[in-house]
Parts: sequence; structure tokens; C-alpha cells
Amino acid sequence: MDSRSSEPVARPPLQTTAKDGVKIVIVGGFGVGKTTMVRSVSEIRPLSTEEVMTEAGVGIDDTGAVEEKNTTTVAFDFGRISLDAQMVLYLFGAPGQERFWFLWDRLFAGTLGAVVLVDTRRVSDSWYAIDRLEHHRMPFIVARNNFGEPEHSLDDLREALSLSPDVPIIDCDARHRSSSKDVLITLVRHLYDQASARKEAS
Amino acid sequence: MIRRLVDSEDPDRLYTLTGGRSRVGHNAFDLVTLVTSRADPVPGMQSEHVRILRVCRAPTAVVELSADLKLPVSIVKILLSDLLERGLIFASHPTSPTDPLQLPDPAFLKQVLVGLQKL
Repeated sequence: MDSRSSEPVARPPLQTTAKDGVKIVIVGGFGVGKTTMVRSVSEIRPLSTEEVMTEAGVGIDDTGAVEEKNTTTVAFDFGRISLDAQMVLYLFGAPGQERFWFLWDRLFAGTLGAVVLVDTRRVSDSWYAIDRLEHHRMPFIVARNNFGEPEHSLDDLREALSLSPDVPIIDCDARHRSSSKDVLITLVRHLYDQASARKEAS
Repeated sequence: MIRRLVDSEDPDRLYTLTGGRSRVGHNAFDLVTLVTSRADPVPGMQSEHVRILRVCRAPTAVVELSADLKLPVSIVKILLSDLLERGLIFASHPTSPTDPLQLPDPAFLKQVLVGLQKL
């Protein structure tokens, strides 16, 4: 068997020194631009995969999806950014629908933080995601993906989302690398500030 | 595409793929655990194991393997725990805390920030 033709993988390999994977999740409704954002900063073409779970396993951490009959599938996209010789950031684009959150603990434990990507035409789509992130105690920021000139101010949006004042909220254009990069930097700065404050307090 | 595989295919296939086990010792694998082969595939090996060992000649995350093999993450974790048990792969697990009440170390986050700023 020709090993080259059996390999559908055509993406740059990680450095051999890579050893620490890091996760950030972008949550948002259908069509809000999650995959666009992943694509604009990823060093690989976004890939997609799925996880299955049993209906009976809803809410239970460890479920054996294999031998059961009623399985639910959740699909998600991801991309990759090599941060340095050791650290690799994986960026996940995740649907905000209900069944996704049942998989959160199993798949996304250890996630550094999340970006809630908001389409201002469908603000209410984001309420559920924000509620679930708070429930999972996952730090997040809100990024408004602008397809055109925004009709409302970010303050209006903060109010519409009932966001607490310490959650950063920014505008972005997910199609542009520099803008998506700014979103990630805003998130990690926010995490850094939180972690530093907590360390000082302890 | 994976959904089709899981739904339409004989459930026995997934059962066979994983030797009938569904929850033995694969929980240590995270989505972003980086897997590296320690050996080349040998004749007679299960084809999924062969593919994993080939792809993982360079470090590869569990989730990348799942996309490459078009198999759900949980199935890939089981395949990987087989290979780990047999000493055929090396697994490098993420260091970030999994307890949501525990924030990562500021120095760690600083490293992430520096990496992002270099993009």
C-alpha cells in the first residue's frame, strides 16, 4: 500500500517539540461566523468532527456511546495555532444549541475561555450560550461580528445581553485575521487579568 | 459524514473497532492531548491503529485524529488507549487545569498572549 495515497492528511505537521494543547471555544448560533473566524486565524484549513452521546447519557459525564442505540451527534469545527515551540492552541467553533452543552464537561473541560460571537440581527441566540457558559463557570468575552455598520452601540448590546460590566465586549470582523486575532488577545488578556487578580487575592 | 457512518453502518462495526469496550481508561485523553507514535505499524495490525501510527509520526491532537479517521472523538480515545497500553504511542496531555474553579497560572496565560501577539 502506498502510504502517501492512504493519508488524506494534507496539513502542516506540528513541531516535534509540541507538547501542550490549549483550548479556546467560539460559541455562536448558525451562520454567525464561527468557522469564518477559525479560518481567518488558523494555520490549517478548518477541520470538522463529531462526538456521539447516548440520550440516556444526557447530563452524565461518562457515557459509553458505543453499545447504545439512541445516539445524539454534535458536530464542531476547529483550527490550530502554534503559539511557540511547545504550546498549540486549538480553536473550536461550537454550535450553541442545547445538546451541545451536555457534552461540555466531557469535551471542553480545561478550556481557557470562550468567545460568544454575536450576530446583532439575532441577539437572542446568544442568551442561552451566555447562560450556559456562566453555568459552567467558563470565563468569556462577547464579540459582535459586524457584517455592516452596526445599528446599536456596544453599550446597548451589553444591556440587551444583560452582561455584567466586567465582561469585555468588542466589535470584530471575523473575515479578517487581524480582527480575529484581536478578539483572541482580548479574551486571553481578560483571563490573565482575572487569574492575576485571583492570585494576588490568595 | 461521521453521522452517516455511525447511523447507517452496522453498529457491530464500531463495536468491533473498539473491541467492545466503551469506557475503559480512555478518559485521560483530552481533545487536545498530543499523540506521537513510538513505533511503526506492523502487518496484521487493525487498520485504524495503522492510520493513527502513521499520522502521529508528528505530534497530532486527538481531535485531529478524529477528523482524519472520520470517527467520533470517543471512539478515537478508545483506539488510542489500546495503543497506549501496548506502548506504541506517547501521549502528552494538556497542562491547563480542568477544574473550572481553578484558573490557569498567570505566567501560563502570558505565554499564550505572547504567542497570539506574534501571529
